[in-house]
Amino acid sequence: MTTLIWIVVGLFAIGLYLSWTAGRLDRLHARIDASRAALDAQLLRRASVAQELATSGVLDPASSIVLYQAAHEARQAEEEQREVAESELSQALRAVFGEQEQVEAVKLAPGGEEAAGELAAAVRRVPMARRFHNDSVRAARALRRHRKVRWFRLAGHAPFPMAFEMDDEAPVALADRPGT
Amino acid sequence: MKVGIVCPYSWDVPGGVQFHIRDLAEHLIGLGHEVSVLAPADDDTPLPPYVVSAGRAVPVPYNGSVARLSFGFLSAARVRKWLHDGAFDVVHIHEPAAPSLGLLTCWAAQGPIVATFHTSTARSRVMLAAYPILQPALEKISARIAVSEYARRTLVEHLGGDAVTIPNGVDVDFFAKAEPKEEWQGETLGFIGRIDEPRKGLPVLMRALPRIFAERPGARLLVAGRGDEKEAVASLPEELRSRVEFLGMVSDEDKARLLRSVDVYVAPNTGGESFGIILVEAMSAGAPVLASDLDAFAQVLDQGAAGDLFANEDADALADAAVRLLGDASRRAGLSERGTAHVRRFDWSTVAADILAVYETVTDGANAVAAEDVGERSGLRARARARMGRE
Repeated sequence: MTTLIWIVVGLFAIGLYLSWTAGRLDRLHARIDASRAALDAQLLRRASVAQELATSGVLDPASSIVLYQAAHEARQAEEEQREVAESELSQALRAVFGEQEQVEAVKLAPGGEEAAGELAAAVRRVPMARRFHNDSVRAARALRRHRKVRWFRLAGHAPFPMAFEMDDEAPVALADRPGT
Repeated sequence: MKVGIVCPYSWDVPGGVQFHIRDLAEHLIGLGHEVSVLAPADDDTPLPPYVVSAGRAVPVPYNGSVARLSFGFLSAARVRKWLHDGAFDVVHIHEPAAPSLGLLTCWAAQGPIVATFHTSTARSRVMLAAYPILQPALEKISARIAVSEYARRTLVEHLGGDAVTIPNGVDVDFFAKAEPKEEWQGETLGFIGRIDEPRKGLPVLMRALPRIFAERPGARLLVAGRGDEKEAVASLPEELRSRVEFLGMVSDEDKARLLRSVDVYVAPNTGGESFGIILVEAMSAGAPVLASDLDAFAQVLDQGAAGDLFANEDADALADAAVRLLGDASRRAGLSERGTAHVRRFDWSTVAADILAVYETVTDGANAVAAEDVGERSGLRARARARMGRE
């Protein structure tokens, strides 16, 4: 009789532990969703400001075309092409805003001060959002690889989380800050 | 935005983390945000209006020295009450791995959490080794901030994942606008820091002094900081001791004036630094900086462009560099000019904007998902989430 009670108690404890782990995992998945949404918002903001600048006539025609094309591609890219397209936008931004003079010229145009500020904020926040996202992906992956999660299928049907890899280096003239 | 900031160390005893939190809170309030700081504090300590006491702190040996921390049943209850009353948009925890309020908040909080990691000393690795145990609490943190590239590397090495680097802030204009004091001017070297703490590097400077004083007969050293003054100069020949002046503990105003007055600010620290706020303050005041080549210092000084570096713990290298600097006014002017330009990025206006950007990034995402949740999700996971939300 006592043995039976102990078995029941043991099973109950295991059940509690598994349920707690499932809760942990669920929270991590929610965190990934949130960080991915934040990253998407920042990327979209960056592409929008870039496109706006490209069509504003403040930049020279060659820069305008390069920037417009890259920004357009980034906004239209399919999910599988997204990382490449966004990286290319980063490269285009670096090419166009490589010189401090170009940034100054943009600032002089009407409304340019604001646009330059928005772009600077966007190129700074994209790497931030991406780091937070990849950090949450790593945490979820670490837990999902664990035996208890695999054996008891605690992750359910949630897709295995993927990091977002891209070149997000900001143009020098727009982000003269250390680190990140 | 409603921001809750958690300070792990006692508000009664001033320290780097407490100052950082105080300045950040005041700056955010100045920008029109609602800020509440939760910190351990004695009942009779006068607190600024934005600080909420989490009760008395207990002195415990932690991270190589005695820290005043707060934990236990009562503290946990106060944390929960503070979170409940505050209804914050984002909670910002400092030093989340310290066994104090930060960790308790991690356990209790729902929603976006930002955490700043300040330490990166070898000693804190013991703490980092305990991370598997802390993991369930720490994985709630949505965004991690490290105060320097060096601190970030330590963090990544021990925890995996990633963090953004946002330096500590300084009120640059406070130092830039201080009035120099005449009696502190005229071929003076400056040192600020605990006299009796060897890792602040005063002994290295003392070993270098005889050479510096021999080659620069007019030079003097000004030392500001707590500690035994007699012991500090014990290694120095008798006749040179009069050229070292101890100012004791100085006020913030006098610190700024001292930095404005000296010809060269010397930072001979031998290790254990994750940032180097004093270098930023010296540069703000326009003082040419000579520092040991610690990783953290090299980064603050832009790899030597904004201040001179010498080989760590090498008194001869320090003496050479100091003599060279004292004899070269144009080099000093150049360092001062580059330092002044470089230091702008550490000004609170820039640093607080970056921290706000982090807040906005995590709250943006949280809002987006909260909105999405309603229609799209169904089944067990959504129900589980709803249940967790209620708890």
